[in-house]
Formats: sequence, C-alpha cells, structure tokens
Amino acid sequence: MEDILIIGGGPAGYTAALYCARANLKTTLIEKMAPGGQMGTTDQIDNYPGFPEGINGFDLALQMQKGAERFGTQTIFADVKELDLQGSIKKAITSNGVVEAKAVILATGADPRELGLANERSLRGKGVSYCATCDGMFYRNKTVAIVGGGDTAAADAVYLAKIAKKVYLIHRRDTLRASKSYLKPLESAENVEFVWNSEVKEILAEQKVSSIRIFNRVDETESELAVDGLFVAVGNIPNTDLFKGQIELDKSGYSTADETTKTNIDGVYAIGDLRAKPLRQIVTAASDGAVAAYCAEEYVAQLDK
Amino acid sequence: MDLITLTKDNFNNQLQEEDKPLLVDFWASWCGPCRMLSPIVDELAAEMSDSVRVGKVNIDENPELAEQFGVMSIPTLILFKDGEVVAQSVGVQPKADLITMIEENSK
Repeated sequence: MEDILIIGGGPAGYTAALYCARANLKTTLIEKMAPGGQMGTTDQIDNYPGFPEGINGFDLALQMQKGAERFGTQTIFADVKELDLQGSIKKAITSNGVVEAKAVILATGADPRELGLANERSLRGKGVSYCATCDGMFYRNKTVAIVGGGDTAAADAVYLAKIAKKVYLIHRRDTLRASKSYLKPLESAENVEFVWNSEVKEILAEQKVSSIRIFNRVDETESELAVDGLFVAVGNIPNTDLFKGQIELDKSGYSTADETTKTNIDGVYAIGDLRAKPLRQIVTAASDGAVAAYCAEEYVAQLDK
Repeated sequence: MDLITLTKDNFNNQLQEEDKPLLVDFWASWCGPCRMLSPIVDELAAEMSDSVRVGKVNIDENPELAEQFGVMSIPTLILFKDGEVVAQSVGVQPKADLITMIEENSK
C-alpha cells in the first residue's frame, strides 16, 4: 500500500509528489496522459519564478516530474475509473490495476470550457480550436474569431493578430476582463475588431468552419460573420466528475477545500485548478501541492501511531 | 519497430506499400500538446507493432501534407487503412482511447 496517492500530474500534483517523497512517504502519482496538464500545452511561461528567459511548459513539466521522481515518486500512466475515498484505506481503480493508499491528493486540474454548440466537437480540428499557439499558423492571412474576454482570449488575440489577416474578438460584455498588459497591443493592432455584447449562437460549416452566427445581447439582433477559424477561450471547467458525491463541490464544480487543501473527508486533499480560489496559476498550484503534502504527512503520521 | 519519418516525398509510397494500417502523427516542434502526445505515440509504435505502423509528419517541413489531409489543428492523428482515412483524433488523448481507436478501425 502507498502512503500517498496523487491523481494528476500537473504542477500541483508533482509539487505534492516532490514534498511527499522528500518526506520519505511512499508516493505514487497517476497521470492520464502526459505530465504537465494545462501547463504542458503552454508554449512560453514567463510568470513562474526562476526562469528569467521564460520556459516552455512541457519542459517545465518534465523537470517537475524528474524532481519528484528523484526522491522516489512513482508515476503510473493510467486513467482512473473509480475512486473510493471513504474509510481509512483509499482505493483507485484504474485502467492499469487498483492502487491503495492511506491518503489521497486530488490534482486533476481543469480543461478549457466549450461553448456548448451542437457541432462544436465535430468541428474541432476543422476550424474550431482551443489552442491559439498550436493552431494559429494554419490561419495565416485568413480571418478568425476569438470568443472570450479574459487573459487567454486577449493573449490569443494578440498572438493571432500577428498571423491572421483579420481577427474578431467576440465578448459577452462591453469591456474585457483581461489584464491591462494585453489591452494596448490589442487596441493598436489594426486588424483586430472588437465585437462587444455578443454571443456565438451557431457555427456554420460544410467540410470546415465557414461562418458564425452572432447574437447581440443589447440590440437583440443577429448577424453572420464569415470566418475560417473559431478560437474558444471562455474559461475552464474543473475535472471533478470523478469524485462528485464524495468531495464537496461548489455549484461550478470546484472543490470547496480552503487554503489547507483539506476536503470534507479525512486524508483527502484537493489542490491546484480544481479548488475554488482567486488565482489559478502554476505558482499557486505548486503552493497548494506543498500545503497538501504537509497536511497529508501529518495525517499519515497520526494513522501510523 | 521504428517510427517512420514521413515527408511529402515518401508519404504516398509508404501509404501504398504498407499492408498494415498506418497511424500518422501530425506535429510541430513548437506545439506543446504535440510534445505531450509524442511519447504516447512512441509507446503505441513499440507496443502495437504487430497491428499498426506509426509515422510522424512535421507540418513545418511538410505543410503540403497537412493541407492535403485537412489538418487544421495539431496534434492530429490520422489512421489510414488500405490507403484510406478510417479514423482521426485531434488533441492530446489518453493512450487507452488511442488503442481503442486503432483496434476498432483495424479489423
């Protein structure tokens, strides 16, 4: 049996793993796909301290994994099908066997939120994208729309404005929520047009996206915009379905665990982007990981007494 | 078995001559999700070498191939059987899902 089982191999999970393993706890981390989570898909990270030139997100993920494994963390690549968190022995049923542990740290993160339009999923890779830095170059000298008003949407717009012929930034409100550092380059970019107070109602496509239907919430009119690509940046959705019903969640699906990362179940901790908190960054995810490891160590020591 | 580096020059030959299904990973060095998916694809190539051949297309070096197969998002995996596209997957996917995709479409 493991002392600590960590679910999810992003910055929160691997920081928890580093602290647990370094405290001589027998630690296993289960990751569904590849280390890094959302961080791993980020091209350049400039706001994690210690990297004055910035660092590629996947490189940072590999470093974090290595750091945790140096102290004995074992990584299993598998999909967790079921979690039994009640009782003193916690159980994870995975695509690769059952893992038992004294304490569990949940670090399953979040994924980009979809708009929820009928053909959105089938058009992914045919004009609908959730990653501007990955797919931007397919739209050189083409027309694209970005939906959203936060930092991701604004950063995507700045990036795409350098590649595409025309960029529409569609937002539900009449101002962006994004930080001011993005506003200047956006306003000065001649090929960026803001479409305020508007929502995307429909994606029109044959083989691939050809246009979108827009609803203006203020004057309640509909219009059609011809676009080659639609980039969706409307926030994230926490991956908490796996433990819904066991762990207390708020109405948006985030864990209600506070700064201590302790959940409603003894020996179960919630860290990183899946926790309700004011700022979701790599550095706050890492911070959660350290706190959870500290609390879990205490819990396991009590059990072993 | 080794991964095949596919280019616009060897792609068609490889597709015609291959009697096993061919799984092609469209990627680029600057694409984070591609780097996350790549080790999974490598594992598939090693573990499923009896049932599938695996190749990679660098889309920076071979934009024609991306264009030809309508790739507009990377990473994209396309599974060919008898020279035809039989399945496609976009983005980083769990290994188990990719194994299912290959098995279901290789029959």
